Amino acid sequence: MGKTLFEKVWQQHVVQQNEDGSTLLYIDRHLVHEVTSPQAFEGLRLAGRKPWKISASIATPDHNVPTIDRDKGIADPVSRAQVEALDNNCAEFGITEFGLGDIRQGVVHVMGPEQGLILPGMTVVCGDSHTSTHGAFGSIAMGIGTSEVEHVLATQCLIQKKPKVMRISVNGSLPAGITGKDVALYIIGEIGTAGGTGFALEFAGEAIRALSMEGRMSLCNMAIEAGARCGMIAVDDVTLDYVRGRPYAPKADNWDAAEAMWRELHSDADAAFDAELVFDAANIVPQVSWGTSPEMVLPVTSSIPALQSARDEVQREGWRRALTYMGLQENTPITDIAIDKVFIGSCTNGRIEDFRAAAAIVQGKKVAANVKLAMVVPGSGLVKQQAEAEGLDAIFTAAGFQWRDPGCSMCLAMNADRLEPGERCASTSNRNFEGRQGMGGRTHLVSPAMAAAAGIAGHFVDVRDWS
Amino acid sequence: MQAFTTLKGLVAPMDRANVDTDAIIPKQFLKSIKRTGYGPFLFDEWRYEDRGEPEMDCTHRPVKTDFVLNQPRYQGAQILLARENFGCGSSREHAPWAILDYGFSCVIASSFADIFFNNCFKNGILPIVLDDKVIDQLFKECAATEGYSLTVDLPAQTVTTPSGHSFAFNIDGFRKHCLLNGLDDIGLTLTHADSIHAYEAARRQQAPWLF
Ligand code: SF4
Repeated sequence: MGKTLFEKVWQQHVVQQNEDGSTLLYIDRHLVHEVTSPQAFEGLRLAGRKPWKISASIATPDHNVPTIDRDKGIADPVSRAQVEALDNNCAEFGITEFGLGDIRQGVVHVMGPEQGLILPGMTVVCGDSHTSTHGAFGSIAMGIGTSEVEHVLATQCLIQKKPKVMRISVNGSLPAGITGKDVALYIIGEIGTAGGTGFALEFAGEAIRALSMEGRMSLCNMAIEAGARCGMIAVDDVTLDYVRGRPYAPKADNWDAAEAMWRELHSDADAAFDAELVFDAANIVPQVSWGTSPEMVLPVTSSIPALQSARDEVQREGWRRALTYMGLQENTPITDIAIDKVFIGSCTNGRIEDFRAAAAIVQGKKVAANVKLAMVVPGSGLVKQQAEAEGLDAIFTAAGFQWRDPGCSMCLAMNADRLEPGERCASTSNRNFEGRQGMGGRTHLVSPAMAAAAGIAGHFVDVRDWS
Repeated sequence: MQAFTTLKGLVAPMDRANVDTDAIIPKQFLKSIKRTGYGPFLFDEWRYEDRGEPEMDCTHRPVKTDFVLNQPRYQGAQILLARENFGCGSSREHAPWAILDYGFSCVIASSFADIFFNNCFKNGILPIVLDDKVIDQLFKECAATEGYSLTVDLPAQTVTTPSGHSFAFNIDGFRKHCLLNGLDDIGLTLTHADSIHAYEAARRQQAPWLF
């Protein structure tokens, strides 16, 4: 019987099979940022340990960095100390870091692929749940906690239980205006935030193959919001075309050998999955989340659900709490919801294609009067540079959007970019939990085009009707 | 790491599904570069009226009196009772650090998010999965009885109620061994250093671009 994509990559990384069923798995790439690493480096220091393979880890600060007035440094002393701790730890242990002044600095999950640090068939980890992004390259990419960051630094391995594998196929072609982000939100709406728990997901089908690498990264990025260990997509020409020529990608003969190996990274036709789901691309409409969990999501054409339609008491209670927190009423049409702020950026939607899509919507228009702040935050310095070379920054600023420096920014509001209590935001990030974008802030997750259009209209609109 | 063997402890009920790690410990506390000191900020936004900031003194902050951990009857709780998909969201290990620092060393729920579940074991916290119906029953008993406590026996893999009902739970052998002995996995993995070197040597032949 054939093998799944997951099985192929997993088998290539088994160092040792333990008697209790766990596996010692080799890790090829480790991305490091300032928030989840200081305690891990401290652990190494206390135990007198050294990194096992220094070149496997690459660091950049992203969560805490300012997106404005960078030349003035980081104003918040606690954030500054954390970024300085990363600089010092990388210097002490010899780890390559793209620091604040470096054009390559950015959100780890944007920086990694852009530099060619993520290659097909790798095992990739980072002390960050959205590491799942890198499964778009046919790699096994998993978020880990700080103790595991220390474990990977010290041993280049992780102790893992092999998850089950679920294939989610999206058949047919996506209608115009539907992005990888909409596919991700749609799937989470269908299977729930625990729908993928215990599984590695493989996204397959014609609609997935038709996505660009950016779209595939948005989708795999949100696999974690479905509770999965990781999300993966088979390697094809789109993958190889993206990787070829990047700074850390293999060159010359090495490339040819690598390509031959990478071409095998797909599930065999007769591979068996532990679970299988099939969706029809034609049913996917632009998505807008309305509640405080990514599974509370709806097509833009619909209305907030009535409590009586909940499947049970636990869900009804969750919805009731979400409606109160979000300041929304049952049965309100999504397009009647007015917004206060717009955030376009993050590791889900902070790549060049995302900004092109948003700029196409706002070109020649103005941000609505009721919108207090509309900000565009590139995922990395290189994305920023490219967008500026294409004149996208000028389109945004002419429309009244702010054009910022790269970082996580208002995706989680660890820096100064945040919502005030009660403010409502159209956001291209990945989490709408209570307080995620600032205490009391209200987040609606959408695609870049949907966020841009909401900024112009002042409320949610269906981008498919946009002219 | 502190070893975990048996625990008889007061139970605090967190009666909502999908409790995420942003709620367990909000992001402003992630700026700390320490592993301790997060307990006063556990569930900060649900627990206090004002906005918490790292390193502030919490003793005089206005509290939300109806929040479970602020109720007098749950003071000193060591076991957190929760519902499905507990610990979903971010991978922050600050969540189990806060839970442990507050005084909980066991969380019982109908299901957990993967990364959080895994992080618990690294910190000497025992996460226990019990059937939905059992969880429902424990919530009811806990609400009905002031001072409700449970006995958790890791060697026997049981949770026992005050009336003597015992429920068995599963745990994989390696994790159980590490918890019982308070073992650090890094030391254990390094005992296999030869296998790691051998793996690297073979892999270098097949995929030299990775080295
Ligand atoms: S952009 Fe948001 S989700 Fe992505 S790494 Fe940064 S904080 Fe996490």
